[in-house]
Amino acid sequence: MTDMQYDRAPGDASALPDVEQGTSSGLLVYTIGLALAVVLTAMSFWVANTSLLWIGGVSLGLTVLAIAQMGIHLVFFLHVTTGPDNTNNVMALAFGVLIVVLVVVGSLLIMADLNDNMMLPAELMNLHMQR
Amino acid sequence: MNIAVAVDEGRHEARPSASEAGPATKRIVVGYGFWVFLLSDIVMFSAFFAAYAVLAHATAGGPSGVQLFSQPSVAIETGCLLASSYTCGLMSLAIGSRRFGVTYLAALVTFLLGAAFLALEVREFMGMIAVGAGPQRSAFLSAFFTLVGCHGLHVAAGLVWLAVMMAQVAIKGINATVERRLLCFSLFWHALDIVWVWLFTVVYLMGVLS
Repeated sequence: MTDMQYDRAPGDASALPDVEQGTSSGLLVYTIGLALAVVLTAMSFWVANTSLLWIGGVSLGLTVLAIAQMGIHLVFFLHVTTGPDNTNNVMALAFGVLIVVLVVVGSLLIMADLNDNMMLPAELMNLHMQR
Repeated sequence: MNIAVAVDEGRHEARPSASEAGPATKRIVVGYGFWVFLLSDIVMFSAFFAAYAVLAHATAGGPSGVQLFSQPSVAIETGCLLASSYTCGLMSLAIGSRRFGVTYLAALVTFLLGAAFLALEVREFMGMIAVGAGPQRSAFLSAFFTLVGCHGLHVAAGLVWLAVMMAQVAIKGINATVERRLLCFSLFWHALDIVWVWLFTVVYLMGVLS
């Protein structure tokens, strides 16, 4: 008994013979992906321009929409799945995402903290922010 | 329970275990290596994103994103890149089933949409530089041109790569080597689209919020 399966090249549809898919289902996958991506993109542009939503939540909403669209692209265009033949690809992706989050969130936190700790009068503080 | 075990054993007999199967095929090794390269490329983009996010309000009295960014233009650019990602996927399918006509057609549409994206972006950059909002104006604009320009350079490189690949298909036909290169190209093109999703969200949409 083994739980190891064949690997699969990233971007390839499943290599497992029992999940073999024809061209028509491949076309369907890409078309569903395109439709979902278009819907999410349209929602992003609507959320950024509408005055119906509380302005404080818009940034968070845009971030969530971007994460969702990234997921759509990964699943429908790059064929990254949770299947056992895809473990290596997903692990590499997870490591990449970890580094990206560390770099972006770390930079933002540290710079915001530095700005908070600048013990300057308000007008000088403002000047500093504009340089 | 018994049925599940039986199915499992049937599959086990049909497929040797990973150690019996031997080393992975070259397609898997090449694809995985390119996947790791793409992830390192995205890590590089994340550094530019971090720099942009930190410097987004450092306009030094110069123009800000609200004054510079045109949303209709960004929406068209987004549409072009998304559609070209889709036709790139259709090209992969056509290569898999060896339909040369569809392959060339999908590649041509992918190329044209990518070129349209690039043309719109260059026009936007020229317009900004013409009104004195070049990369030397402020830290915000330096970060903007670095981030968006780096993505644009990737798209330009992808267009050259696609043209070269179509020449290879025309001359060599679709053999295993050409097919591996086309797999890497489609990975590259889809990854660029993912970077653009974050770009239009963080730079263009969040940039015009307040």
